[in-house]
Parts: sequence; C-alpha cells; structure tokens
Amino acid sequence: MENRRGGKEKTVIISCKNVTFAYDGFVVASRLNFDVARGDYLCVVGENGAGKSTLIKGLLGLKLPQSGSITFGSGLTLRHIGYLPQQTAAQKDFPASAYEVVLSGRLEMKAGRLFYSREDKNAAVENMRRLGIADLRGKCYRDLSGGQQQRVLLARALCATSEVIILDEPAAGLDPLAASEMYALIARLNNEGITIIMVSHDIAASTRYAKHVLHLANKQLFWGDTAAYKLSNVGFM
Amino acid sequence: MIISMIDILIQMFSYTFLVRAVVVGLMVSLCAALLGVSLVLKRYSMIGDALSHVGFGTLAIATALGVAPLMVSIPLVVIVAFLLLRISENSKIKGDAAIALISTSSLAIGVLIISFTTGMNTDVCNYLFGSILAMSRSDVILSIVLSCAVIVLFVVFYNKIFAVTFDENFARATGTKAGLYNMLIAILTAMTVVLGMRMMGALLISCLVIFPALTAMRLCKRFLSVTICSALISLICFFVGVVVSYLYATPTGASVVLVNILVFTLFWGIDMVRGRR
Repeated sequence: MENRRGGKEKTVIISCKNVTFAYDGFVVASRLNFDVARGDYLCVVGENGAGKSTLIKGLLGLKLPQSGSITFGSGLTLRHIGYLPQQTAAQKDFPASAYEVVLSGRLEMKAGRLFYSREDKNAAVENMRRLGIADLRGKCYRDLSGGQQQRVLLARALCATSEVIILDEPAAGLDPLAASEMYALIARLNNEGITIIMVSHDIAASTRYAKHVLHLANKQLFWGDTAAYKLSNVGFM
Repeated sequence: MIISMIDILIQMFSYTFLVRAVVVGLMVSLCAALLGVSLVLKRYSMIGDALSHVGFGTLAIATALGVAPLMVSIPLVVIVAFLLLRISENSKIKGDAAIALISTSSLAIGVLIISFTTGMNTDVCNYLFGSILAMSRSDVILSIVLSCAVIVLFVVFYNKIFAVTFDENFARATGTKAGLYNMLIAILTAMTVVLGMRMMGALLISCLVIFPALTAMRLCKRFLSVTICSALISLICFFVGVVVSYLYATPTGASVVLVNILVFTLFWGIDMVRGRR
C-alpha cells in the first residue's frame, strides 16, 4: 500500500481514519485513510464493486462505518455537502422544469423549512447562470440532453453547498464531447474554490484535472497527488 | 340543450345517496390524483393496486365480524402499505412479485370469508366493481375529514414530496428524511384507496391513482402543473363519469374509468401530434 502525503499544508475539512465499511459483516472497503483539504480535487477510482459508492454513502452520512472515523473540520457540516448522484431510469423522463429541479437543492439549507424564500429562488437562478444553463430554466427536464441534465443536477448540487460537492460518475452515459465538457466544468468550479470529490472508473479522463487520487480495490491501494499516482505501479497504464 | 343538462343535474342531486356519492367521490378523486403523481413517478403504481385488493380482504373481514368497515380497513391497509414500502426498499423478494403475492392472497382470503358468511352474492360484485349506494352519512363525514387531511399534508409537504419523488438519493444525502415522506405518501394512499374503494370497486380504484397523473404527464412540463392538471382531470372525469352512469344506468366505477381512458387517449393523441411537428 502506498500512502504519500501530497502538496502543501492546507485546511483539512474531511478526514478519514482507519475507516472500514461492511454490509452484513461482509467488508467492502477496509482501512481507508485520507484527508480532503479545502479547495482540493480528489478523484476516487477503482473497478465496479471496489467500494467507491459505499465510501460516498459514508461521506454523505448515509452509511455508518463499521470502524474508524470520518470527521469534518473547520465548520463543515453534512448538511452543506452538495451531491451529484447517478441518474436513475425514472428520472430521465421526469416531468419537472429545470428550475424546479435546481431549486430543490435549497430545500435543506436551513433545518425545518417547508417553503422557499426569495433568497432561495435567486440562488437557484444564479447557479443556473453560473453553469450556463439560464436559458433552460422553463424547459422540461425530460426534454434535455444527457449533458444538460447533468448540468441541471450540478446546479442543484451547487444550491446545496458553497463548499464541497461529491460527484458519482458525473460523465456516465454522456457522449465523449459532453463528458469532456462536464469534466472541464467541474475543474472550473474547483478553480472557483469549491472542493470536489469525484468517483469515476474512467481513470484517464478523470485524473486529468484531479489534484489527488484515491484508488480503491476493497482496500486502499493508493492515496496521494495525481503526478505521483501516474508514476506509481497502481496508476500506471 | 344546456337547460336540459341543468335539469338532469338538479334531478340527480335530489337523490341523497347521489349527493353523498359525488361528494365522497370528488374528495377521493382529488386525493388520489395528488398522490398518484408521486406514486407513478416513483414507479409505485402497483402499490395502489395492491392496497385496493388488501382493502377488499379487510372489508370482507369487517363484514364477517359485523363492525364498521372503515374502522377495520383503514388500520389494516395502512399496515400493509407500510410493509409494501419496506419490501420495495430492501428486497429479498422483488417488489413486483411481493405485490402480486399480497394482492392475490388478500383477494382469495376475502372471497373465502365472504363465501363462508354471507355467501357469494351481489355483495361480492359490489365490493369488486363498486356500488354508488354504499355511502352512509358517517362515511361522508369521515371522507371529508380524511381528504382535507390529505390535501393539507400534501400542500404543506409539497416541496419535500417533490424532492423525494425526483431524487430520493439526493434528498437523503442533503438531510431530507426520505423514509418519513415515503411513509406519509403510503399512509395517505392507503386511506384514499379504502375510502374510494366501495364506490369505485376494489378492482377499479387504482384507476383514480394512476390515470389522471399519467394523462397530465402527456402535456405538462412542470411538476406543479402536472400536479394541478392531474387534480383537475381527476375531478372532471369523476363528475362526468357519475353523470354518464346516471344517464345510461351504467356501473359508476366502470363509467369513471371509461371517461379517464377517453381523456388519456385525447391527451396522448395531442402529445403525439405535437411531437410530430
């Protein structure tokens, strides 16, 4: 197992120490140790079933680790993590406007609220503008292309956070052009200061922008910066 | 033409049983249409169907015991709704198979109980295909109260229901208690199904849940407009269905379903024509 600490000292906002996840006693990811700093771009790679999705669930607080600890630092709370899940089949033909979908990202910004304020609506419009989809506002979600749908979901994730976004296979099902646009867009958000944690099995494409790589195969094969990853025997292709 | 139409309506509403049936029916149609949007989009359509079959079984039990039908049916169907949701969430038996299992079991148990007690007679037919004569005064009050509860809860939790319907994973991840809202939807559906079942019939009640939502989705492009459109379609179809059944002496439940089919076909046709342009 290689484990190199990469880069300069930065504020650690998520820290995993000896984290093990298991389903019904069957371990899917064991002894994970890594930190995510503010402004980081961490790419989690590995084969299907390597424990990537489970780790995401763990970071989102949907799955408790069997052992070890996940801690959030410097004011980050679970409620303020944005999430871009994989699309479900039911979603692809969902009759909702892009605006309704984006706005729903604001729902849990404050606890115990049932309706949206003017501020929420402005934030939704602003985030759509930020991703260049302001003109899709009234369009029906099911009529959008795959790339546009992903942008809408990304705008929703931005509505839920100003700090961290966790993305699960953001380019799944997109054609190569839309996929590379999606990666570029994510990199731009990262340059604007948003911490990115992205899961992907497309190693070559996703490590192009990532600052750090975490390679899983039910255990931690590598964690460190991208340049070191490309030189290591884990990342060598 | 218009005057004769008004005459017919005045004539219709001089019958107390018809007034009761229309009031209960409209309330149930409205609730079913609102909940239906979420159920259809979450791919839970069959749950409504299963609940109506369970409702039939519990109705038979209530009749056999000689107690008020709704007092037995509502709690039992709510429990089954709870179970069905659990099954479709973490499934060892796949959701659709479990639903078919529960549907046929409760239908069989219901038929057996009825044949042991009152015998297979017109009662069974009324349970399965509905009877407009089934509504008592207390039923009317109960359905108004429950329908108001459904509507208020739906409006209050509208944004949460949208979030959970569109993307349960995201909702859970950002802190929405998705399980709670799924449960709310299931319980409200169970109540609606039981209330509407005796008029529409156990085999036909899920029409009210599924058709208006599907019809509205042909043309509407926003969730809010789908919801409102679905509610309006449901109300209009029910009313027209009852009038048709009065005029031509056809079974009420089946007439309402027929009107729903026609409206669905119309909307579907408009969607097709639009799509081709």
